[in-house]
Amino acid sequence: MSTVADDLKRLEEIVRRLEGDDLELDAALALFEEGVTRLRAARERLASAELQVQKVLEEAGGDLRVTKLDA
Amino acid sequence: MSSPLQMNLLSPADDVWSVSDLVTTARKVVEAEFPNIWVRGEVVGCKAWPSGHWYFNLRDAESQIRCAMWKLNAQRAGKPPKDGTEVYALGKPTVYEGKGEFQFVVARMLPTAAVGAAQQELERVKAVLQQDGLFDPVRKRPIPVYASTVAVVTSVAGAVLRDIITVTRKRWPCARLLVLDTRVQGDGAVDDLCRALRLVNRLSAVDLCIVGRGGGDKEDLAAFNTEAVCRALAGVRVPTISAVGHETDVSLTDLVADHRAATPSAAAELAWSDSRAVVRQLDDLAARLAGALSGRARLAGERLERTGDRLHSAAESLLERRRNRLAHLSSQLDALSPLRVLVRGYAVPIDQSGRVLKARAAFSAGLRFRLRVSDGEVPARVETQSE
Repeated sequence: MSTVADDLKRLEEIVRRLEGDDLELDAALALFEEGVTRLRAARERLASAELQVQKVLEEAGGDLRVTKLDA
Repeated sequence: MSSPLQMNLLSPADDVWSVSDLVTTARKVVEAEFPNIWVRGEVVGCKAWPSGHWYFNLRDAESQIRCAMWKLNAQRAGKPPKDGTEVYALGKPTVYEGKGEFQFVVARMLPTAAVGAAQQELERVKAVLQQDGLFDPVRKRPIPVYASTVAVVTSVAGAVLRDIITVTRKRWPCARLLVLDTRVQGDGAVDDLCRALRLVNRLSAVDLCIVGRGGGDKEDLAAFNTEAVCRALAGVRVPTISAVGHETDVSLTDLVADHRAATPSAAAELAWSDSRAVVRQLDDLAARLAGALSGRARLAGERLERTGDRLHSAAESLLERRRNRLAHLSSQLDALSPLRVLVRGYAVPIDQSGRVLKARAAFSAGLRFRLRVSDGEVPARVETQSE
């Protein structure tokens, strides 16, 4: 799953390429479509926000276990 | 007649103090005058009473003062110091009313030799870490601009975690905090902290690590001044923030970490971008995206027209398909924020050929146009053109 950070980074790149590079229209449209998808994903992620607080435990065998922590 | 002074001396009955009044007043004056203070001196005659309280004197070359240390503090201190031990004593001067005795009530006592040894160890650790380059500015890594997951090494019981959660919820509500619970003071704190810091390296997708505890006196920050904890912190593979103590306390982890925060809240402010700023940035990107695409489409159209008659019909159908795709995408674009303004009650006037009417000059009398509103269009006509 991408993060808001990934989306923002990719969006910056898409916009830069659309604004600058000499692109075929098909390539431009594909970038635009991806941009719209990323925008929507990032907005939804920011809006549907719920802070996750988890506790990390190391078990006897050395395995890591992550449990929910009531915040 | 005698003078007023003599009068007072001769007839004291009107204005006389009781011993209790005098002593109580003296106690209040003394207690109001002194905050908690550190006093350096030599312990003499320290005796632990069956009640659990200690009584002793502190003295230097010229003076001495009677001291008491109450049961709870005495228990914490362990064994009574031997005669002649030089100590720093933290306490508050008062007057013991029962005996009218000026007294120093001691809360804590540290042998100066132990303080000296601790200071020496601190200097040693600082020197070797410096030698190994752990404080070098070139080592410092920047904080990632949009962190998603932050590891927090602290005690879940402390206020640190609560403060970090509060700030995180405000700034970056879609965040994930991974808490590694450790003791932060006393026995076992050093081992706990080292183990937790090493565990951070085994977690995937962590962007940043905050190590923290609340403010405290020097001794309570001791774990954060140990070589082991400092080296474990330097070994963390993601950027680190040390939030140990408050503004006035600086620990060696503060110097080793990539960044230092005065408080846990400040650490969380550093860790997270402000989500409201990011929403504004997304709006801006949406607008640029839309603008860039229309520029592209125009260029591509012009290029197709230049390709000549032979390809004309093939190009036409290709262009047509692309136009359809553009139209489809434009409808998606409507969902992007620049057009969202319509929902707020603005309307866009459009003429019959679809051009937006931006200036007064475009509205000639009798002109039919459409008003684009949030849920569709409304036919409209210019009645008269005002002057």
